Amino acid sequence: MGRMSAATAVSSTGAVAVRDRADVQRQVKLAVVYGLVLVTLLAFALTTSDSTVWYTLEERVNRKESPPVEANGALVLWPAVAVAAVAVALAALNRVPRSWVGVVVHGLVGVAFFAGFLVWVYADQANAGAIVMTNPLPGTIRLATPLIFGALAGVLCERAGVINIAIEGQFLMGAFFAAVASSLAYSAEMGLVGGVLAGIGMGALLGVFAMRYLVNQVVLGVVLIALATGLSSFLLSQIPNDPDVKQYLNEPLILPRIEVPVLSDIPVLGPTLFNQTLLVYLMYLCVVLVSWLLFQTRWGLRVRSVGEHPKAADTVGIKVNRIRWQAVLLGGALAGLGGAYFTVGSTGSFDNGASAGNGFIALAAVIMGRWHPVFASLAALFFGFMWTLQAQLAFLDKIPGELLRASPYLATVIAVAGFVGRVRAPAADGEPYVKS
Amino acid sequence: MSPETPEQAPAPEEQATGTDPKPEEAQVERADPRNPVSWLPTLVETAVAIAVALVIGALLVVLSDQDALEALAYLFTYPADFFNAAWDAIWSSYSALVRGSVGSGDRLATTLERAAPLICAGLGVSLAFRAGLFNIGATGQMVFGFLAAGYVGFTWDLPPVLHMLVALVAGVVAGALYGGLVGLLKARTGAHEVITTIMFNYLAASILLYALSKDAFQRPGSDNTQSPPVADSATFGSVADVHLGVVLAFLAAGGVWWLLERSTLGFELRAVGSNPDASRTAGMNVSKVFTVGMLLAGALAGLASTMQVLGDQSSLSPTLAGNIGFDAITVALLGRATPLGTVLAGLLFGALSVGGVAMQASAGTPKELAQVLQALIVLFVAAPALVRGLTRMRSSASGSTVQAKGWGG
Amino acid sequence: MRLEIKGLTKRFGSFTANDSIDLTIEPGEIHCLLGENGAGKSTLMNMLYGLLDPTEGQIVVDGEPVTFASPRDAIAAGIGMVHQHFMLVPVFSVAENVMLGREHTRGLGVLNRRKAAETVRELSSRYNLAVDPDALIEDLPVGVQQRVEIIKALSHDAKVLILDEPTAVLTPQEIDELMEIMRELKRQGTSIIFITHKLREVKAVGDKISVIRRGKVVGTAPPTASETELAEMMVGRAVQLVVDKEPANVGEEVLSVENLTVVDPRGHQVLKDVTLAARGGEVLGIAGVQGNGQTELVKALLGLVRPDAGTIRLDGEDITRHGPRESLDAGIGYVPEDRSHDGYVGDFSVRENLILDLYRTDGFSRGLALRLDAIEQNADARIKEFDIRTESPETPVRSLSGGNQQKVVVAREFSRPLKVLVAAQPTRGVDVGSIEFIHKRIVAERDRGTAVVIVSTELDEIYALADRIAVMYDGRVVGVVGPETPREEIGLLMAGAGAGTTAATGTDTEVEA
Repeated sequence: MGRMSAATAVSSTGAVAVRDRADVQRQVKLAVVYGLVLVTLLAFALTTSDSTVWYTLEERVNRKESPPVEANGALVLWPAVAVAAVAVALAALNRVPRSWVGVVVHGLVGVAFFAGFLVWVYADQANAGAIVMTNPLPGTIRLATPLIFGALAGVLCERAGVINIAIEGQFLMGAFFAAVASSLAYSAEMGLVGGVLAGIGMGALLGVFAMRYLVNQVVLGVVLIALATGLSSFLLSQIPNDPDVKQYLNEPLILPRIEVPVLSDIPVLGPTLFNQTLLVYLMYLCVVLVSWLLFQTRWGLRVRSVGEHPKAADTVGIKVNRIRWQAVLLGGALAGLGGAYFTVGSTGSFDNGASAGNGFIALAAVIMGRWHPVFASLAALFFGFMWTLQAQLAFLDKIPGELLRASPYLATVIAVAGFVGRVRAPAADGEPYVKS
Repeated sequence: MSPETPEQAPAPEEQATGTDPKPEEAQVERADPRNPVSWLPTLVETAVAIAVALVIGALLVVLSDQDALEALAYLFTYPADFFNAAWDAIWSSYSALVRGSVGSGDRLATTLERAAPLICAGLGVSLAFRAGLFNIGATGQMVFGFLAAGYVGFTWDLPPVLHMLVALVAGVVAGALYGGLVGLLKARTGAHEVITTIMFNYLAASILLYALSKDAFQRPGSDNTQSPPVADSATFGSVADVHLGVVLAFLAAGGVWWLLERSTLGFELRAVGSNPDASRTAGMNVSKVFTVGMLLAGALAGLASTMQVLGDQSSLSPTLAGNIGFDAITVALLGRATPLGTVLAGLLFGALSVGGVAMQASAGTPKELAQVLQALIVLFVAAPALVRGLTRMRSSASGSTVQAKGWGG
Repeated sequence: MRLEIKGLTKRFGSFTANDSIDLTIEPGEIHCLLGENGAGKSTLMNMLYGLLDPTEGQIVVDGEPVTFASPRDAIAAGIGMVHQHFMLVPVFSVAENVMLGREHTRGLGVLNRRKAAETVRELSSRYNLAVDPDALIEDLPVGVQQRVEIIKALSHDAKVLILDEPTAVLTPQEIDELMEIMRELKRQGTSIIFITHKLREVKAVGDKISVIRRGKVVGTAPPTASETELAEMMVGRAVQLVVDKEPANVGEEVLSVENLTVVDPRGHQVLKDVTLAARGGEVLGIAGVQGNGQTELVKALLGLVRPDAGTIRLDGEDITRHGPRESLDAGIGYVPEDRSHDGYVGDFSVRENLILDLYRTDGFSRGLALRLDAIEQNADARIKEFDIRTESPETPVRSLSGGNQQKVVVAREFSRPLKVLVAAQPTRGVDVGSIEFIHKRIVAERDRGTAVVIVSTELDEIYALADRIAVMYDGRVVGVVGPETPREEIGLLMAGAGAGTTAATGTDTEVEA
């Protein structure tokens, strides 16, 4: 055993002192970003002469029941500047922690930026009190609902190792069949069932071509979107304009809002979260459900194992493709629900391209959320928030509405390029499993 | 040292231990361009895919035909009625489709003009595919082409041919820059091009809307989000009943072929697309290849945009790009990311699109059927295993040169 | 449990991988299966584990014939397997990996992680296999990952444990630990099938030895049999691995590496303060167990990895910051360790791969245009010179055999004037004929005055080629010795002995970024 003792003698070899390059990059990046935030906030603070703003906690201005409140925006602007300044200092000294504390710091800077931005936009009004800041949260939740369903669908499929680019296609078919089912059954809830079934159908197509015929999954997704686009408009064109027929096919009922007793009375949060449609409540449920399934259950462990290392799963007796099928079909069902939002969940009858590219945004949310159901949902909320904000700010002429419209997309590019970068997808994502 | 004794031993042994089954890669054995026989299975597969798609399309036609549906109700009493009605519906739809697209010189010209932007944008997607990039951003790149070519076309005042050339170059360069930005982002930060191109499409749409809200891009005295058409001096002019753009599209295809197969840059593009690690090890600058690849892809999309603005003399409007950018992806996929294939697929899709309108007009079959057919054809082409199963072909000599794999990043 | 294999045969098409194999594994014995790479050991074990269907023959457990349709059946019958490439999910914890497929749950399918962790702790204390159940696999060293695999098999109540080439990735120290574990398992009644091609290990731990050659059992031997005897049985002839070469005619120092340090993206120092020099006309062999910094050293030499500290000089010129292109242009030839990953483009033809890093030179392109005629001539010449067996120059390299793929890489790198040749694992997965050929070419390159750096984990290859041997351990060069140094001494260095002194000097070198 002489060899062994010799080996143990040197087991603790000291490392050479070298500063990690990635660490330096992080420091520079943070300092620059925080610096930009600080400069912008300073500009906001200095260019605002009359910082009085008016706000209401309602989603819409209702001057009779809850008159807008007047507030001094300077009390927001300068603290925001202070937060940013502290953050810059921390970054420059490389003292921003890598743990959750760091995440809190990023969050605070983000909130400070938004708060400062809002004050700046709403301040200096020509007609004092004419334009009132409203609560963006209810709109955020509504617009994010289909995105979250889509993102969850993507997360489920890809965690199991099947790339799902076709969320947009699943949305379209879900939307169409939700409208048809609801019109036929004269029930908005049946519309949800129709959406789910259509989503499952699209999931099945994805599964067959990905797992049975081994089609390149990125290609497959694009083709399925094209197919769904064509098929849904073809089917729509089959519905005659004759109102007698149309009412049974494309005049769905719209899901009513349901106030959850007690919970909806909570100030601010209540009307935001608990005065929504059934679909929104289902969305809450599904976020919890998918996270729970993936990370707490036997099924989830198996799903993640077939997405990361299918061969390892196979050698312990797990049927890889069976698990993948389950995940893909469940994902399809969720995306179908998301699709139902575009008809029975919001506007009613189906129109060509009803999902308006939301499926692509959901896909972006999947990647921004790093294939995690909760983070992907947060990314989806971010999009919903930006869209709501854009709609609200459209009344103000400080920035052109079209450019504001572009901001969520620009923000995504910056986020993906600057912070997410080379994200790590599940290791076997997109690789069909074929037994030798 | 551990020599492997039997020369043929490693293959089955590897199979047995099952090292990373990647059938998509295993199947990529390219058809030899100089050997026509090696293309045969590819051609047969494509033909079968088109046939299967047409059969499914025929079912949809029957289901959308009033007479056939009524006859279906008493199928068991008078089966002949149904089959007659169904046949009538299928025959009238498909013959209208063919007549409407290639039935006369006039229709053929329309088809060619419709195909031209599809071919150009499809070439852009194909080129990116060969470099391992999945370019969903043809739409956005085209929008930038619209803005540049359009602006030059309707505001500047230049002599005829020069004006057209300047507008053309402006459109191509604008598309190239917008595409190149995607490549640059990927090269520098690893941002996945699927995400960035999707976002850039929306970004471009917003910028287009913004531009169209400004006087500089609006018709004089109008507040609509519509630009004037380009000046006559900036139009392509026609050669044998089709505008010059059609010729440009074919020239572009030739150029892309030369670039990919005969140039050092193409060698780099294909090498990086197929194995970026080995390419880097061989001294290629992978970042540069990504950037240049997307730059060229954007230039081709920009060229596609000039087909509409300078060729058809269309006004800029928020919906001008339409589906061309997205259809370009399916064109490239059907064409297996080769220039010749892309041209053929572009012509086919152009014909389907033009013929679809005629079909709706004369046979009452919705023109959306053409779109369904396109998707089905590509779907079946992408699933050679399915087609092979249908035809009991045993060859595996074909595959695709499409390199987009996973998120890989 | 008594496991019998009777007349087991496996054919792939016309190729017979296993030909009527008979084996009996008695309860509580360590049965060694000795054979070269490609002899058919893995095929046999995959049939035993339900991953492959036998063409003919029977597996008998305790007198009962059984058939295994999937690993699940084999596991149920009490067979466990530790694969050569670990079957562990890197992003899962130890406990999650161990329970996968047989999860502990509390109703509704909810995972019981505490129970799983307990199982791991229990097994690890019973068999003396130290492992933290909550650690992530990707953070663990290979030796510990292997322990997890063993625990996984044991948690399935394995009575027969198959270890497929378990020592290939281990340091000598870890190998000793593994042998201790194997003896402990045996004491507790588990039988072990130990697959290897290393004679020393077989003699150290085996109870019975079966030798497989070309898919057949060619004989059995007791562990007391001599190494020569076993080697002859394994290879079928006396092994001749000596390369004919003249003494080196050593010239000037061509490549010098000083205090090179590399930090990987996860913040680990994978190369620590390495100082080395290669002189023209000699072969510098770099020995070491896989994963001790050789990969990073080689990549840093070519400019594929940017060093965080230190300098690399070629003929006195500082090339530390060169990228791969500049390094290649400066005269470095490079044979990467993983040829399919870094060495060639599988979809490209032989012809194209032969100019993969030469296409932009004057000979093969003019401006932007490739010179097809020159490329064609080059391909024909190289295919002939290096005896590359290919249907045509148009054939994609992917469809060639391993040896011929490597010849394509080697032929390309040798077809331009070199100052330094860096070859990592030049003969891994290559047939005997090609090995001899490649070795001869390497020596010929040396004799032309090129400085040659060979990295190999096979000591035999190092001895066959090297004029000087540098040994790497834990990211450092722990010694540079002559070619006459005995095996044992190099083995000690590979295990890290002697690293102490280098480490002491290393800590003095503080480098600020």
